[in-house]
Amino acid sequence: MKADDPNIKWIEEPKLGLAGKMYLPLVAQGLTTTWKHLSKSLRGETVTVSYPDEEPKIGNPLIYRGVHRLNKDEAGRVKCVACFLCATACPAHCIDIIADESPWSDREKYPQSFTIDELRCIYCGMCEEACPVDAIELTSLYNLTGRSREEMIFDKEKLLSVYDATKEQEPMQSPALGGTAT
Amino acid sequence: MLEILIKSAVLIGGIMTAAAYFVLLERRMAAWVQDRIGPSRVGAPLSLLGLKDLRLWGLGQPAADGLKMIMKEEYTPSHVDRRLYVVAPIVILAAAIATYAVIPFGSLLPPMEIGGEKVGPIQLTVAPGVDVGIIYVFALSSIAVYGVILGGWASNNKYSFLGGLRSSAQLIAYELPLGLGILGVVLASGSLNLERIMAAQAAQGWYAILQPLGFVVFVVAAFAEAARLPFDLPECEQELIGGYHTEYAGMKLLLFLVAEFLHMITASFLIVILFLGGWHFPLITGEADATIISWPVALARLLVLHGKIFLVIVFFMWVRWSWPRFRFDQLMNLAWKIMLPLGIVNFVAVAVLEEIRHSYGPDESTWAWSLGIIAASWVVFAAAWLLTSVANPLVTDNRPRRDLAPLEVDSPL
Repeated sequence: MKADDPNIKWIEEPKLGLAGKMYLPLVAQGLTTTWKHLSKSLRGETVTVSYPDEEPKIGNPLIYRGVHRLNKDEAGRVKCVACFLCATACPAHCIDIIADESPWSDREKYPQSFTIDELRCIYCGMCEEACPVDAIELTSLYNLTGRSREEMIFDKEKLLSVYDATKEQEPMQSPALGGTAT
Repeated sequence: MLEILIKSAVLIGGIMTAAAYFVLLERRMAAWVQDRIGPSRVGAPLSLLGLKDLRLWGLGQPAADGLKMIMKEEYTPSHVDRRLYVVAPIVILAAAIATYAVIPFGSLLPPMEIGGEKVGPIQLTVAPGVDVGIIYVFALSSIAVYGVILGGWASNNKYSFLGGLRSSAQLIAYELPLGLGILGVVLASGSLNLERIMAAQAAQGWYAILQPLGFVVFVVAAFAEAARLPFDLPECEQELIGGYHTEYAGMKLLLFLVAEFLHMITASFLIVILFLGGWHFPLITGEADATIISWPVALARLLVLHGKIFLVIVFFMWVRWSWPRFRFDQLMNLAWKIMLPLGIVNFVAVAVLEEIRHSYGPDESTWAWSLGIIAASWVVFAAAWLLTSVANPLVTDNRPRRDLAPLEVDSPL
């Protein structure tokens, strides 16, 4: 391609006005911008927090993508119907479900075992989107730690206990948010 | 002798501690400007004694930083020129510290009695009364260039060498405007002695007000000499990996970094001493030419001087985050096409105004005359600034020229 090729669009540098050429107004502009941020921080309005002492504020916990939970219905049964849609949608292949015939009359299947490898999970939230019965949801627990890899593989009981721990702060998603919670 | 030893101990201890804590302040300021909190945790590690740790707003951070640097492996690459490699950080730090021999860190201490012996009045300069004070400071600040270029050369690494070359070009280019900025001060005060320059300002007024053009030229050149943003070309991660100290680690790197910080502190000292009146503040700092001063006045002078220096350093750190840095050609343009002419204009203007005052002014300086001189120098400042802005040599166009024969950019060979 030549420099005078008609496909090249030449953009002229914007001309500086007198204030720009004088440089001093721009100097003052730069200093005021940083001063605004500086004084804001000195008043304590920083974006970051002093983490272990102070928990970061999560904007909307209902749509935050943290540790998973398995929801329970009114009767305390696991809501999951073992349809495998989440496991199919999962790009990281971290969901492992073993289905079994349901002991209850209102559904055909239930998960005999439901494990999520929290280390493989990329917290994309596709499982939550795929779930037809709003059984799997991501909570706002962001500081998940463990001492071994085995510990980080969450089974059904653990996932249900996450629901018990978070159902107060984060109720199941309402229809307004696209959920089917009753 | 003892007096000099005590003074140098106080000074070296003082500036080293100050440098360490200014690193902390710099990091906190950087954090604040970026809406962060910054290092705020390292305090007294009382948990070693089984108590609760004290945070102390992060005041233990310098100790932790220093300890980290000392504990790091001092790795010497096999391809370096070993002798120069060791000498470079020593040269740069020694030159940076030796500068303080003639820089006053206060005014005077009144006479006092120590162990039944009359001492004083003590001048708060390690080597008081050096009549070539400024020239000495300049000589040593030029030696800093040797540290940089030796470090770059000894590293035996293309990028370090490029960094060393580039920064030596920068430091040498900006020494001219720096010198021209000072010439006006020397002319007006009639002395190269830093203490006498401060006393002259107490009598005449601060040179920042009397010679605004010289002040601006000097401050810009001082930023460049201290290699602070927006002029921190010596270091550049994107272009040079690290700069002239890429191959250094551990204590040697620490020496380079401390020397860089000391350059900034020296620059602040010089800005305050030469242009912002030094220890002088109207009404509270006593007679300018008194040889014996009382304790309150001595303390006031100390506080004023160090308060001003602190503010200038805060300004250095504040500027760091305010403006984008210069490209190298812009840096050189600024030095040779703007700062150098402005410096010469300032020098001529100061000389002419001084001559007018000497020849036609009244013997006792009157308000009208002083104000007239100040107004004239500000008019010169505005006119010179406007002229260089309109001429505007800072705008450079690096794009290929379309009026020349069209360039085959990616033609097959």
